[in-house]
Amino acid sequence: MISPVALDVAHLFAGGLVLVSFMLLYQDRITGLINIFALHALVVSLSVAWQAYIQQAPHLYITAAIALIVKAIVIPFVLHRIIVRLGIHRTIEPVVGIGLTMLAGIGLVALAIMVMLPITTQAGTLAREDLAFALSVILLGLLMMISRRNAVSQVIGFMSIENGLILAATGAKGMPLVVEISIAFSILIALIVIGIFLFRIRERFETVDIHLLHEHRGEQP
Amino acid sequence: MTEPGALVLGAILLIPALGAALLAFLQDDRASAWLNALVSFLTFICALILLHERPAPGHFLIVDDLNAVFIVLSTLVGFTTSVFSGSYIAHELESGRLTHAYLRFYHSMYQTLMFGMNLALLSNNVGLMWVAVELATLTTVLMVGIYRTPAALEAAWKYFLLGSVGIALALFGTILVYLAARAVVGEGLDAMAWSVLVQNARHFDPALLNLAFVFLLLGYGTKVGLVPLHAWLPDAHAEGPTPISAVLSGLLLNVALFAVLRFKSIMSANPAALAPGPLMVSLGLLSVVFASFMLYRRQDIKRMFAYSSIEHMGIITFAFGMGGTLANFAGLLHMTLHSLTKSAIFFCVGHIAQVKGTQRIAEIRGLTVSHPVLGWSLVLGVVAIAGLPPTGIFMTEFLIVTSTFAREPVLAIVLGMSLLVAFGALLLRLNGLAFGDPDGRSDPAKASLLPVALHLALVLVAGIWLPPAVVAWFQHVAALLN
Repeated sequence: MISPVALDVAHLFAGGLVLVSFMLLYQDRITGLINIFALHALVVSLSVAWQAYIQQAPHLYITAAIALIVKAIVIPFVLHRIIVRLGIHRTIEPVVGIGLTMLAGIGLVALAIMVMLPITTQAGTLAREDLAFALSVILLGLLMMISRRNAVSQVIGFMSIENGLILAATGAKGMPLVVEISIAFSILIALIVIGIFLFRIRERFETVDIHLLHEHRGEQP
Repeated sequence: MTEPGALVLGAILLIPALGAALLAFLQDDRASAWLNALVSFLTFICALILLHERPAPGHFLIVDDLNAVFIVLSTLVGFTTSVFSGSYIAHELESGRLTHAYLRFYHSMYQTLMFGMNLALLSNNVGLMWVAVELATLTTVLMVGIYRTPAALEAAWKYFLLGSVGIALALFGTILVYLAARAVVGEGLDAMAWSVLVQNARHFDPALLNLAFVFLLLGYGTKVGLVPLHAWLPDAHAEGPTPISAVLSGLLLNVALFAVLRFKSIMSANPAALAPGPLMVSLGLLSVVFASFMLYRRQDIKRMFAYSSIEHMGIITFAFGMGGTLANFAGLLHMTLHSLTKSAIFFCVGHIAQVKGTQRIAEIRGLTVSHPVLGWSLVLGVVAIAGLPPTGIFMTEFLIVTSTFAREPVLAIVLGMSLLVAFGALLLRLNGLAFGDPDGRSDPAKASLLPVALHLALVLVAGIWLPPAVVAWFQHVAALLN
């Protein structure tokens, strides 16, 4: 049986992840955004490591290590390099109405909790809160993807969604390793895709502002 | 382990995987096009053998009546598309739109895509299925962007973003299904094996299943191209290489639909859970109505047929949502015929875009005069996809509308009207494309029309006479889906 303190710590990490998701929402500089994303990945890896400890599931340590090394260290480093090379590291990104975005975010978190808590009564306390927090992180990531126009920011939004998914998958106790591998796998592939895209977009437009892409629509709206 | 079925099952996955690796290193363009076709052909043969030699289901892979239909269709269209791709790509190389390095990449990705689709269809593990669908999606994202024009990049980027949102939703749904199963089946691989899930579904917590299905339907529905999650589909079809448009429309949409069907049967097995039918019916009907009106405003020929794909996926989703043996049968047959017809149309369209040097509908006229064979093939294909008798699609649409009439007359009227609207739009555009005085650029066609002929012949024959064995097989599957 899991002790109450252990549960509290697990909830602390999961709740912290939601908070960091909110921090991602109001960053207006790309550099700051990348740094906060590194923090996001750090929190998720701590959370997964804690789950591995309390569930006595050593394979989860691998997931935690992958999250730490790839997402908290390597990807932020590469993204910093990319934005310096593209010359957008000093750019201030207009975030559409911070107040409104934050309000929408709070609404989404409330929605996630209202949806998840009543229906997961049988799933056990650990999975229950974790799933509610994970859904919040996913929804906040989606919100970020639609409220940003810059390709780098959208990619970060996508990766924060992935973090939320990892939280959900580890919260579901005993889920086979297949899924953890698959998550790591999909991140790697996504990264390759993203890398190629960033380079190609750079080649063509000298910018990574997705907004400019829309001028090239093949058809009238 | 020496069971022949298991060997074939391994081969159907290994052949494309090895092919992808081999094609990545093969330097000669002509040889790699041939090898691509050969690998696809071998996969198709394996799929046919699999029909007779069925291995016992394992933790990860399964062959049952439902996915047998999909796998045979998938490998057949995969093979014919690879034949078409050979002649299409040769032209792209000549015109300098693709370099040799990109061609190697293209062929390798083509086989990776086949591998991903076969794995998704054959997987017995909901997590594995998710991984496979993602693999297939990511390879198509890369191929859509392969021309590196601004429009192609935008299409690929849009596809990637919407696709990844779909990824996220579907995985969350998968996790919820696991949670629901864990309480009954216990931890471990069993709780993700779909054969186990279906058997035990009636004991699952209905509330969890409901929520899971909403996520899964939206997640995989994005890849099916259901309105309002369809925004990536027309762009991806219009900007990528035409063989990829054919495979996307003909196969990948089906694979995503297959995933939805798998989860639908879990839902239906639980009497306390939400009925999945009405959700699918409303999404399907919305897609049909929306796409049929959108058909009128298209100016790009590939984009137009992409909207037609949305329409037909809507019809199929609608049919499976209605349920019942007759509607399921019609939906399954419609899916098969749509794959064959739509890929045949894209084969024609690919050659047409090459000989005319444009994809704009306004600049293509009088094809039956300037390129009789190509033009008339397009006419036949469009007539078939619009659902004119005696083609098979007429029969399946008729079955779907009449079986709906018996149960929900209002829905049947809406569906029937939208089908007529789409029919009008397609014939209107076809008139301009195929008849009248040809103008503009007109290169001689160097097309291999064998795949087109094969597909159209199958569709035509299906409308007149279906072999009793096929009817029995499809009826059996339709009954299983209930």
